[in-house]
Amino acid sequence: MKVKELPAHGFEPLALPDGEREIDGVYIGDLLSWVMGRAQMDNAWITIMTNVNVIAVASLADTSCVILAEGVEMPADLVETALEKDINVLRSTQPIYETAIQLAGLIS
Amino acid sequence: MSEPLIFHFDVDGENFTSAGQASTQVKKNLRQLGLSPDIIRRVSIAMYEGEINMVIHADGGTADVGVTEEYVEIVLKDHGPGIPNVEQAMQEGFSTATDTIRSLGFGAGMGLPNMKRYTDSMEIDTVVGVGTTITMRVNL
Repeated sequence: MKVKELPAHGFEPLALPDGEREIDGVYIGDLLSWVMGRAQMDNAWITIMTNVNVIAVASLADTSCVILAEGVEMPADLVETALEKDINVLRSTQPIYETAIQLAGLIS
Repeated sequence: MSEPLIFHFDVDGENFTSAGQASTQVKKNLRQLGLSPDIIRRVSIAMYEGEINMVIHADGGTADVGVTEEYVEIVLKDHGPGIPNVEQAMQEGFSTATDTIRSLGFGAGMGLPNMKRYTDSMEIDTVVGVGTTITMRVNL
């Protein structure tokens, strides 16, 4: 499925500059180097980390989108940087586990 | 063979949140050169890890990226404290990062292992008290 289809399923779009990207798999993690080492290209990346380095990691690891779980607050500079770097960021109010289950259902 | 293209960057050791600027720029440059997404991803992740290390441990440094017809070479040079035990530093999970760095999501002890994982060769030249130079290559 494409990233732009997520808002119809309850994911709140915070920055959606590249909504045409396809989601292929899901990766969950908050330790940024761990994510860079293990996430695959085009994965949707679920995290609760919201500092600006998240955007750099999403860009370099080439994930299709960042999904902030647990309804975490996103600082304004993160939205700005995400738009600048063409990174999709969405938010889920669900806990990480439920967010992952929902995504699994959507992309299978 | 034509001369390699070289991109030079100064990595600011003061500004942790802007770390990644050089790698992001390299990603753009390599994309313009038409390299494959997989190669670009490997080069930019390896370089970003190196950049972060220079910011965390060495108060910045320089990064030079050379592109030839055969490979992309990344040379990261700093005048930081050096790495006393390279073998230990290469182990996944080993980290000397502070709690502040960890709270930003770094310090997982995956930096050097990721650099090795994503490149075809990596050499570490380090002298305690003098600095570290890391040379990595990704074959095209």
